[in-house]
Amino acid sequence: MELLVASAIGVLTASGVYLVLRGRSFPVVLGLALLSYAVNLFLFASGRLAVDLPPVIRAAGSYTDPLPQALVLTAIVISFGMTAVTVAMAVRSFLESGDDGVGAAGAADEEDAGRR
Amino acid sequence: MTHLAILPILLPAIVAALLALAGRRDLVLARTISLASAAVLLLVAIALVVGASDGMIRTYALGDWPAPFGIVLVVDRLAALMLTLTAGLALAVLLHCANGWDARGRHFHALFQFQLMGLNGAFLTGDFFNLFVFFEILLIASYGLMVHGGGAERVRAGLQYVVVNLVGSTLFLFAVGLLYGVTGTLNMADLALKVPAVPPADHGVLRSGALLLLFVFALKAALVPLHLWLPGTYANAPAPVAALFAVLTKVGAYAIVRLSTLAFGDAAGELAWLVTPWLMPAAMLTLTLGMFGVLAARRLAGMISFAVVGSVGTLLIAVALFTPQAIAAALYYLVQSTLAAGALFLVVDLVGERRPALGDLLAPGPRIAQAALLGSLFLVAAIAMTGLPPLAGFVGKLLILDATRDAFNRSWIWSLLLTTSLLAIVGFARAGSVLFWKGGESAQNAAVQPARAAVLPLIAIGLLLAANIAWTLGAGQVLGYLDAAAIQLFAPAGYIDAVLGAEGGNE
Repeated sequence: MELLVASAIGVLTASGVYLVLRGRSFPVVLGLALLSYAVNLFLFASGRLAVDLPPVIRAAGSYTDPLPQALVLTAIVISFGMTAVTVAMAVRSFLESGDDGVGAAGAADEEDAGRR
Repeated sequence: MTHLAILPILLPAIVAALLALAGRRDLVLARTISLASAAVLLLVAIALVVGASDGMIRTYALGDWPAPFGIVLVVDRLAALMLTLTAGLALAVLLHCANGWDARGRHFHALFQFQLMGLNGAFLTGDFFNLFVFFEILLIASYGLMVHGGGAERVRAGLQYVVVNLVGSTLFLFAVGLLYGVTGTLNMADLALKVPAVPPADHGVLRSGALLLLFVFALKAALVPLHLWLPGTYANAPAPVAALFAVLTKVGAYAIVRLSTLAFGDAAGELAWLVTPWLMPAAMLTLTLGMFGVLAARRLAGMISFAVVGSVGTLLIAVALFTPQAIAAALYYLVQSTLAAGALFLVVDLVGERRPALGDLLAPGPRIAQAALLGSLFLVAAIAMTGLPPLAGFVGKLLILDATRDAFNRSWIWSLLLTTSLLAIVGFARAGSVLFWKGGESAQNAAVQPARAAVLPLIAIGLLLAANIAWTLGAGQVLGYLDAAAIQLFAPAGYIDAVLGAEGGNE
């Protein structure tokens, strides 16, 4: 299971970084979302991976660390709000300038030209 | 008195919600409430400074949950100082904006208060996850303020700013996860206790966590090579908002100081001062690049943005020495450079307003209205920013030079600081002469009058400069406080006892 979680975090981060480096705002927003998924998984794993254990301290029996779960919940809420803000800013940037590039004006068109 | 520590967070939060609901229609009401809130914040912050100056570290446990399980706020000398700086700058910027800036978009005052809440929270919190949360609050408010007034260029720069900071926030969470995974705590005081006890096998993880945190704070502080977002953001943000942002980079510097002295100080053994080898060269590069940027800039706002980058470099050179004397000098310089940068950005706004065709482009244009007055204000602020005598910038740089006397790379620091100061002086002198002296010949009678009687902005700039002058005149007393603050930072046992000891809590 460690391998599965670790590789999931790695793949998510790598894809996120790749998308964030794109020139258009839509992939960038997707990339940020993937990065936030990766970091949520990572935070969750920082309390060690455990199966079938409750996040409640019990006198008898073992338990899993509840704090990372609380941290992840907070991080999810914040990243959700931040994604909404980014989408709103990207849409407004597109409406005001007429192209959805993230870099300097016209950079997105050049990228298109390079792809053709 | 007991609940005073929570007020800098609670007051702007309540006022912001109130403004979002009640202040939408009535701008005058919104201005009054917002200004009153900033004034009260300043008083609270001064009260906290007075309280903190006796050397006792006061803690406030939210909901009376004891640390390290509950959330804790900590007021020491450094935190109280930063709160006062923020509140003072905010009051001046609000006065400036009451002249009409706040009418150019919606919810200006509500966003402004949320920004203050985030800033104050970041300075007060004693917990790394809370630091993350308050960073997010101040960032999300700054996104709104950054695009206040709209415009294609501004929104595009705003989008870049948002993306850069979101990547930074993600890295912050990774760092928090690493630290928690190794030490099992995120409370700063508790972390300071746990770090020396971490087995050597886990040092690699701990080290990467701490350096990731440094990376994030350096991003906020705009340290080279992570400075690329700053000039674009500050130059495209509304000038008064950029004036408030002058304190944003200092949050990063504050966090670096707090993290290094508390958790990775002398007590950390093998890991002690692990940020220094990275911080010192980066700070020196930052200073060089910032001041060259001052020379190269084509717009006044861009020039001041690069001056801010340069001042961060100066500040962090002193911080990277990690001696009490250097930290005290850094704090002295931090306050004065923030005040000077704030005043300069407000001057940019007034200049741009009077040159509708050129804005703040550094090119001769028709003679501007009140050129003598604005020119003098610019001169005073520029003297403070570049570090010429007799203002606080000079005293600050002198203190930093003095503090580096025993540093191994002393000759490098000295020559760099002095050369870059010269570059900055040349840059500012050129900008001032282009804007305020040249151009009068061609169109004597074409002076553009400002749209409104600009008394409030002048008062705001005057206040910031007066604060700078007071900082110079009171340097002796101020340094007494700052030295004590630095010594307090270098004795983390006091902080740890205050947070975790039996006498903690909010009695």
